[in-house]
Parts: sequence; structure tokens; C-alpha cells
Amino acid sequence: MITLNHYTILAAILFAIGAIGVLVRRNPLVMFMGIELMLNAVNLTFVAFSRYLQNLDGQVFVFIVLTVAAAEVAVGLALIVAIFQTRANVDVDEIDSLKG
Amino acid sequence: MSELGEPLVFYVFAALAVLGALGVITLRNPVHCALSLAIVFVSLAVMYVLLSAPFIAVAQIMIYAGASLVLFLFVIMVLNPQLEIGEGALPGQALAAGAVGFALVIVVSLALVGGKLFPTLGPYTPQVIAQQGHTQIIGGLLFTDFLLPFEITSLLLLVAVVGVISLARGRNK
Repeated sequence: MITLNHYTILAAILFAIGAIGVLVRRNPLVMFMGIELMLNAVNLTFVAFSRYLQNLDGQVFVFIVLTVAAAEVAVGLALIVAIFQTRANVDVDEIDSLKG
Repeated sequence: MSELGEPLVFYVFAALAVLGALGVITLRNPVHCALSLAIVFVSLAVMYVLLSAPFIAVAQIMIYAGASLVLFLFVIMVLNPQLEIGEGALPGQALAAGAVGFALVIVVSLALVGGKLFPTLGPYTPQVIAQQGHTQIIGGLLFTDFLLPFEITSLLLLVAVVGVISLARGRNK
């Protein structure tokens, strides 16, 4: 029998892996993938709770999170492309022009 | 779904999702990372089917695996970034991040095991969903109870489109 806890712990593991990815990787593309992982983990929690509470409000928010994630990827990748046009290498440690 | 089938499908695709997620953060080549991410997206779509949310599963495949991932692959192909070499800026960065992630999982699991839920159950049992149709129910909610968030989302998409176009044109034109 698969309970709510199974899904939430899976979501917690995926969220933690995504957070580790954002903390460890220096390629902004892969950092974005970590953010996508975290958003997906949150979506899984939403759907699991909505199934066990028999209430579909959470799934409407999953739909909105999907839209926000798509917009975020589009804007983020456009930013990365714009940064790449001015410097050859994409490494977040080297993008420090705003550093005081 | 039979009594034996659901745990089997859950454990197989949960393992696939975790392995794919580990691939995303460990593989050196960004193309391989993106393909690992596809495994995670498809496994989560299977989870949504198990949770009797077929519309969300299809949206997951279409938007994440279809749109987002293809955009990622396009940008990787266009930029052709070098592989990451060596350690991060801080010594022991990977170890510290791993410890933080492990602690996060432990805290969430403890909260789940120790916590108790006193839910008020809604009307949408899997039988009701199968009878009325998942897409119909979601659509109904989206255009009645959640009309304002829906409209704000459309505004957000408009802002994103304008922002991406202005970023892509560059400042010298």
C-alpha cells in the first residue's frame, strides 16, 4: 500500500537533490535544471496531497506552477544567452561584475 | 490498479526519478544532464497517473518534457558550453551541500512521521474523478474558483514574452 508519506518523502528527496545541484554546480544551465527539479518536487507534493485530501484545488496550483516554470525557463535562458554573447565562458563564479 | 501493481509501479518509477535527479547534478556534460532531467519528468508523469491526475500527467509531458527541455537542449546546442572542471569556489562545497540536502530530507521525514493530519476530505474521490473527467473538473475550477490566479498567470506569460523578446534583441538595436 502506497501512502501519502511515500510520495512526500520522494518529493523531499527530489527537492534536496535539486537544492544540492543549485549549490554545487557552476554551469547556470545545470543550476536551472536543479530549480526545475525543485519545482517538480513541489508539484508532486501538491498532487499527492490533493489525491489524499480528495480536493483538486492543489492541482490547479500545479497547473499555475507549470506556467510559472515555463516562463522562468524562457526568461532565464534568454538571460544566459545574453550573458554568453558578451563573454565566452558561462560560469556563475566569473559573473561578478555587480560585486562591490 | 491491482493491489500488487501500484507499489511495483511506484517503486520502479521512484527509483528512476531519484537516479535521474542524481544524474542531473553529477553528470559533466550538460546534454546528458538535460536527458537525465527527461527521465525525472516522465517518471513524475507516471506518478501523477498513479495519483489519478491524468490531465496533470499530460501537461507535465507536454510543458516540461516538451517545451522546457527542448528549450534547454536548444540553448545548450547554441552555446556549446565547456565541461565543468575541478572544484567549486569554496573548499568542500560539494560535501557541505550534500550535508545540507541530507539534513533537509531528514527534517522533512521527521516532520511527516511525527506530524498528524486532521483533514476535511473533499468530494473528489477517484471514482468521482473517473466519472466526471479529470480535465473537466480542473477546467471548471480554473474558470470559477481560481479565475483571478488564472488571469494573473496570463499576465505573467505576457510579461515573460515581452521580456524575452527585449532580451533577445539586445541593447544595440
